[in-house]
Amino acid sequence: MRMATPWAVFASSLGLFLVASGATPIAAQETQVGSLHGNPQAGKQDYRRYCVGCHGPDGDGNGENAQWIEPRPRDFTAAVFKCRSTPTGTLPTDEDLYHSVSRGFVTSNMPSWLPLTQQMRVDLVAYVKTFSSRWRTQGPGTPISVPPETPATAQSILHGRELFQKLECWKCHGPAGHGDGPSASTLTDSKDNPIRPYNFAMGSRFKCGTTNQDLYRIFMTGVDGTPMPSFSDNIQPNDAWDLVHFLRTLQPYPSPEATAWHAWLPQHASELKPIGPDQGEQ
Amino acid sequence: MSTPYLSLSAKSLMSVGLVVLTATAMGALPGPAASAGTISGTVTFTGTPPKMRPIDMAKEPSCAKQHPTPIMTESVVTGPGNAVQWAVVYIAAGAQPSSAPTTPVRYDQKGCEYLPHVATLEVGQPLEIYNDDQTSHNIHPLAKVNPEWNKSQPPGAPPIKASYSKPEFIAVKCNVHPWMHGYFAVLSTSHSATTGNDGKFSLEGLPPGKYTVTAWHERFGSQSQEVTVTEGKAATADFVFKALPY
Repeated sequence: MRMATPWAVFASSLGLFLVASGATPIAAQETQVGSLHGNPQAGKQDYRRYCVGCHGPDGDGNGENAQWIEPRPRDFTAAVFKCRSTPTGTLPTDEDLYHSVSRGFVTSNMPSWLPLTQQMRVDLVAYVKTFSSRWRTQGPGTPISVPPETPATAQSILHGRELFQKLECWKCHGPAGHGDGPSASTLTDSKDNPIRPYNFAMGSRFKCGTTNQDLYRIFMTGVDGTPMPSFSDNIQPNDAWDLVHFLRTLQPYPSPEATAWHAWLPQHASELKPIGPDQGEQ
Repeated sequence: MSTPYLSLSAKSLMSVGLVVLTATAMGALPGPAASAGTISGTVTFTGTPPKMRPIDMAKEPSCAKQHPTPIMTESVVTGPGNAVQWAVVYIAAGAQPSSAPTTPVRYDQKGCEYLPHVATLEVGQPLEIYNDDQTSHNIHPLAKVNPEWNKSQPPGAPPIKASYSKPEFIAVKCNVHPWMHGYFAVLSTSHSATTGNDGKFSLEGLPPGKYTVTAWHERFGSQSQEVTVTEGKAATADFVFKALPY
């Protein structure tokens, strides 16, 4: 082992001093998920074993595998997270990060980490929070409220379809939700890497969960670091549920929404105006 | 009241002349402004700046029809005499701290263009973003030091209100209309100016003292100079950026 420079000796003795005095050199905001308390020191061990290859020793998303990975691994030093229950621009809750680690990110290289114990996952969340000073200066945002879901009627779906047109979701996600809208090919994430809008017809689950509540949260809070904006300033809760119900009909799954829609559609198809640039433009 | 010149180059005679007029006018006013000085100058470039391109808005007809002649990209806008427009010149050090103004800075999305291209605001100052178009925009300031957020703003929606707690030059884009590109210059000083097509700026109301004056441009980067303001006199700071075609 080479330890020649006076600085290295000093740094090493400083580390010993910190450990000896009981202070933790990687202190961040406390981490709590349910009854489990996160320990960043323990999380560091697991991070070094399971996460470092992609996310890198410094948490900047530049691990040795990163160059082969698309989309790129998350850069924890930026503290910008896609899946949040909190408003756009705010930090996610510990639960949000815990669910992200547990669930993994579909259509990416990030697997589900359910094989790790709950305590390990909470420790990992605690360690991930040490990579950005934002966790020491700001608390997480206040989660948005998700009111009880309204019934998935044909009227609700129809109104959701109007919102899909009016809010111009189709400009990126395409008139049929295939991710092929007029702006789709130009999209980049906040690090200037190309990124695709979600293709509802592909049948993959959403990045940030599978339930209608998850879908509600995704477009209300936005997907930070990507082109997907937050709509919480512009949509009332009932309207948001209508949009959720319509979006479900774009997926190739049997669902209560799809059933209601396909029961209604045959008699009314001729009444529908096509989604896209011909309508709404003046 | 006579205002003697401090030091000036022949090149900046004209701008200093303007400043002297300003300083004289200010000197005529009663109150503490009498002792305040001004730093002024011109931002220019040498070399070959990149060519700006016309913007094709065919994908957004409601915006395209507002521009009978296509508007140009604005990353590098130059004027006569190699002047650089949209440079932000500000006091980076030396000025007395002041509390942020409560008057909001207005930022417009109009004709699928950001007006102004560069909006200057102070740390903590309210910012109000308007959508004057008949299309939805998403306003996405790509902050790195401050929190990054991204909000949708349909036609007729109320202004989006925001503010920033740390100084930063923040690129702003609309993902729906990828040609839309602007900047928020968040500064920790009230002394700032954005150059027009003549490249000129003037920082006024500066008590005598030593200042660090910084000029920032989105493509050319930052330059700083130390400038001393003596009571009742006009000081000059000219900035020359090296321009590369790409």
